[in-house]
Amino acid sequence: MSEVMEQTEAAIEEHPVAPFLRMDRIPHIWCPTCGIGTAVKCFATALEESKVDLDKTCVVSGIGCTGRVAGYMKLDAFHSTHGRAIPFATGLKLGRPELLVIVFSGDGDLAGIGGNHFIHAARRNMDLLVILVNNFIYGMTGGQNAPTTPLTAKTSTMPYGNYERPFNLPHLAASCGATYVARWTSLHIRRMTKSFKEALNRKGFRFIEIIAPCSTLYARLNKLGTGFNLMQFYHDNAEIRHGADTRDLDIGYQDEIICGKFIDEERPTFLDMMHEHYNKVLGDRYMPTPREGGMIHE
Amino acid sequence: MKTDPAGVLTGAHYLDGDFACGEGAMAAGCRFVAGYPITPSTEVVERISRRFPMMGGTFIQMEDELASMAAIVGASWTGTKSLTVTSGPGFSLMMENIGLGAMMETPCVVVNVQRGGPSTGLPTMTGQADMMQARWGSHGDYELIALSPQSPQEAFDLMIEAFNLSELYRVPVMFMMDECVGHMTEKVIIPPADEIEVVPRKLTAQTPEEFRPYRVDGNLVPEFARAGDGYRFHTTGLTHDDRGYPVMSAECQEVCVRRLLDKITNNADKIVHFEEEDTDGADVVVVTYGITARVARAGIDLARKKGVKVGVIRLIVCWPFPEKRIRELSGNIKAFVVPEINYGQMVLEVERCAAGRAAAVLVPHGGGGVHDPSDICDAILGAAK
Repeated sequence: MSEVMEQTEAAIEEHPVAPFLRMDRIPHIWCPTCGIGTAVKCFATALEESKVDLDKTCVVSGIGCTGRVAGYMKLDAFHSTHGRAIPFATGLKLGRPELLVIVFSGDGDLAGIGGNHFIHAARRNMDLLVILVNNFIYGMTGGQNAPTTPLTAKTSTMPYGNYERPFNLPHLAASCGATYVARWTSLHIRRMTKSFKEALNRKGFRFIEIIAPCSTLYARLNKLGTGFNLMQFYHDNAEIRHGADTRDLDIGYQDEIICGKFIDEERPTFLDMMHEHYNKVLGDRYMPTPREGGMIHE
Repeated sequence: MKTDPAGVLTGAHYLDGDFACGEGAMAAGCRFVAGYPITPSTEVVERISRRFPMMGGTFIQMEDELASMAAIVGASWTGTKSLTVTSGPGFSLMMENIGLGAMMETPCVVVNVQRGGPSTGLPTMTGQADMMQARWGSHGDYELIALSPQSPQEAFDLMIEAFNLSELYRVPVMFMMDECVGHMTEKVIIPPADEIEVVPRKLTAQTPEEFRPYRVDGNLVPEFARAGDGYRFHTTGLTHDDRGYPVMSAECQEVCVRRLLDKITNNADKIVHFEEEDTDGADVVVVTYGITARVARAGIDLARKKGVKVGVIRLIVCWPFPEKRIRELSGNIKAFVVPEINYGQMVLEVERCAAGRAAAVLVPHGGGGVHDPSDICDAILGAAK
């Protein structure tokens, strides 16, 4: 009996993902039933299981609810400006090529204000893992319309329902050249974790979209019920279709959500292309930025 | 320390100001450049992109100036000296992440080869109308450093000073060229690498356990840990405490932002850099910078021939402004004359420091060309009366 008690106490003291989080910043700011915490938990588990070198791993966020992720990860973590996480991360990667750089941010941040950077980083096949939590809405500012809001869904700036066509983000990423594209909902804990693990060990522009509930705003404005109802909805309406044609991945209002891994291929990254080209045209004269960075030393 | 010889093209060259600026950056140890094409600045990155692959540098042409500025702030966190280059419209787009650089205390250099504005303005013609934007362009309170070269040689020399100041004070430094200096070709002497003194990134000696990214211990500039060295630090554009953690309070704002100001203003005497000539017994002192400093020469000579005692203050570092010296001089002279290629920017700073003890006379030029020296002479004669 006492032995069981001791084990229980030990488990409470050290949550398995605690070493990956800034526990001195917990409790976090996210609402009850928000899906971002789930994505962070899965990401931390993936970091642990994939055995990447955490000292060489950086996370960059923009602004917004998901933009707070960098603030909670116990890594070299950068909370940058709205929409600019991808170019900030590009600078980190090119400044010190040995770094594993993850961008973790929201739909408004990466696909709205940062959309231009998103498509260009994918086009260049910049070696970044981009995790985008899509809650269909601008949460931090109070529920405004997003470039991902499904047609007819109500938002605080589309009070009569959204009439703008939303992005199909996996298709956008794939058509711009992403080498790994997957989508899961925050209900798919094991599959999401597996995707993160897999993508951590790939190269190039890797994109994972996590559909997450925002019960405080999106669900309230659309009278979709509680966190439990939202999970129930994912349970009943998320369909796993690996390798689906990304053109078929639009998300309609309260419609099915097609999940799975859609793209997983290998192509030379920006740096691979640069090295190969310069080696070819400059030969011995080419001197790449050292993997440990371009800092000049005495 | 002495700079890395790989970036130094020692010798006597015939270069335009843009090329000289690029050579200065490479000689200073810059090894990451992100930019977006814009006239009249593009030659700077053209020069760098041609030479960078042979010295361990990486150039990337980003999708816009927002991205360019964000990328150099990111790259600087790896300890790599970083630069971006632009002109007015791009400078406007960079303002957001210049603020991030100031808030995160990120060393980097931003070149603005000024053209006529506002908006698209005069893309191929000169201006000096971004001087206030360089100082105040991003929102909120912060201080930074701005320099202004008057020749290709200075575009080279001051670039090294710009990088050194950015490292010493951990701030974005604005390099305020103008189209005339950018596109004029002159002799530029590049010294040997062992004569170029550069300030390396000062990495913390603390352990990851004891390190706090914004703890200053009585100093005004915190120690630096670069990404990938195991410190697992956090930094943010939000108001933050010494751990780099967001704290939303007026008290934290006071500590966080006050130091951003103090580290520049309290060190202003060390940072200010100007040339002073014949101010003893002068009736009028011309305060000038950039290409206008050279045009003003002719106007000053004309005025001297007519018997006016004219002194000169040429600003090399424009921000922080040499306020102490202008205050001192203002008790001894009749007037300052400030020719600039705008409708009155640095003259406001002269006027503020003179505080009514001496007049501050603007000689404006809207841009697209330089002053007629006789206009400067007339202003000096008028001010001397």
